[in-house]
This record gives sequence, structure tokens and C-alpha cells, in this order.
Amino acid sequence: MADEAPFQFLHNELIQYISKSTENPETEHGRNITKLENMGFRVGQGLIERMTKDTARFKDELDVMKFICKDFWTCVFKKQIDNLRTNHQGIYVLQDNKFRLLSQLSAGKQYLELAPKYLAFTCGLVRGGLSNLGVKSIVTAEVSIMPACKFQVMIQKM
Amino acid sequence: MRKNSELFTLTYGALVTQLCKDYENDEEVNKQLDKMGYNIGVRLIEDFLARSSIGRCQDFRETADVIAKVAFKMYLGTTPSVTNWSPAGDEFSLILENNPLVDFVELPDNHNTLIYSNLLCGVLRGALEMVQMAVDVRFVQDTLRGDNVTEIRMKFIKRIEENLPAGDE
Repeated sequence: MADEAPFQFLHNELIQYISKSTENPETEHGRNITKLENMGFRVGQGLIERMTKDTARFKDELDVMKFICKDFWTCVFKKQIDNLRTNHQGIYVLQDNKFRLLSQLSAGKQYLELAPKYLAFTCGLVRGGLSNLGVKSIVTAEVSIMPACKFQVMIQKM
Repeated sequence: MRKNSELFTLTYGALVTQLCKDYENDEEVNKQLDKMGYNIGVRLIEDFLARSSIGRCQDFRETADVIAKVAFKMYLGTTPSVTNWSPAGDEFSLILENNPLVDFVELPDNHNTLIYSNLLCGVLRGALEMVQMAVDVRFVQDTLRGDNVTEIRMKFIKRIEENLPAGDE
């Protein structure tokens, strides 16, 4: 949809900018991922704040995660998370079979090494969203076959 | 559910914040925003042409209308008005009553030469370059700086020959 395009183009340019502004791409890779993740974090916080202004309190952690999978994902990516799994001990795996920000990159295994850069912002987005809902977490992502990917959320006890 | 534009607006804000950290002065940030906008524009034009199936514009007036009524509407959900044409017909203004990039934004005190939305100028410049038009684009009024409206001035410089490659900056 046309109104998704501005964000996608901006996101791409963001990645280019963060990647370019380092002298030694090899060693700076981790720092770049962190920068992107941190930006996503602040945006996630802001988004959730606006989204949940009039929502009632969440019942529990699972409720929060379902909100992320349905409402939050729909607001951000115009679709829901396709699959949510948990071990009921604070680890959740969110699967998106057609992750919007990867679909332009490739379908399959090409450019797999670039995927982390395209996932970092979104990991931050989730972490920031959760943070504003009172949930502290670590969010990572992995891709095996684009454009499907999995976001892993590890809840941190505060 | 709220419009997706918030994601864009918030992300844009995060970008400007990052640039302000990375660069020493507003002028540098403005330049960087323009450059990034340009990089986006040269790609966005393809997306635009694919979605809108607009044919080649006959003249600059038509270009102005397409920018305001089709492109801005499509991507930013707002339709600026096209006004203040120069007598030669080579310069006009886009007046934005509301600029989606600046929702909830306030410029901090030490950034009064920052052109917050300068990305837009780069986007327009880059996009038009891909359809063989060299233009100058700049903000002349900005609600963030206390003006009543946001005004972007666009000036046609010249037609670009088709076989000259336009490079990324």
C-alpha cells in the first residue's frame, strides 16, 4: 500500500546511513545494529504510547504479547504475526512468514547476511513497545529463508 | 487503529535526533537530510509511477499538480495547495496546512537553523531528476519555526538530457 512506502523507503535509507557512517564496516557492524535497534526502541515506545492511550490494562504477560502480535503488528506492518509460540517461562517466538521489511530484499537465501540490519530496527520497536507496557525484554531476530523471520522475545524479570 | 503515518513520523523524528547527535551544526544536518531525501527520491519515483500510472507531464504546471494532488496525497495523506506562480511559470509554492512529519515535534532552542523537514526537498529533487527535470527545492516557511504555514518553493532549472547517468550522492 502506498502509505507504507514512506516508512519502508525511510527505513532503507536509515540502514544505508548508519552503515555508511563508519570507517571500518567489519568491526562496526555490531555497533550499527545497536544504533538501529536503539532508534527502533524509541519509536516503539512512542507508538505504543499513542496506541494504548485509551486501552484498559492488560491481564498478564501473555495478553501483552498477543497485543503485540495482533494490534501492534497490524498497526506497523498491516498484518498480524502468523504464529506465536511460548514456553510459558518468559520466552516467546513471533513468526512472520512474510516480513514486510524483508520482502524487498530477496526471497530465499540471497542476501541473508544483510538481514540482521533489516531486522534491528524492528527488534527495537518490539522492545520499546514492550518497555512502555511495563515489560522488560531482550528481542532478537533470525531469518533462515526470506522473507520469513522469527522474533524472539526474552522477558527479563525486573 | 491509528494511521500508519505515526510510524513514519516517529521514525523520521528518531532520524533527525540521530543526525543532530552525529553532526556539529544544523547546516550539516540540513545537508544530510537533503542527501538522504535525494537517495529516497530517486527510488520513490519508480514506486510512484508504478502506482499512479501517470504519463509524462506536459509542462511544469502539470508537474506541480501531480506532485500536490497525487504524490503528496498518496504518500503523506495530505494535499498541499499550489500557489505563487512566477510570471515565467518556472517557479511555484506548495503550501502545506499540516505537515505530517512534524506531528508532536517541537524544535529545541539551540536548533533554530534546522530545517526539520528538509528530507522532503531532497525527495522532490531526486524524484524529478529521474524524470529529466533539474529543480531547486527549498523551504521558505516552516510551522516549526513559528510561521503559519509550511511553504516549499520549487523552481525549474532545466531539462536533463536522458543519456546522462544520475548518480547517488
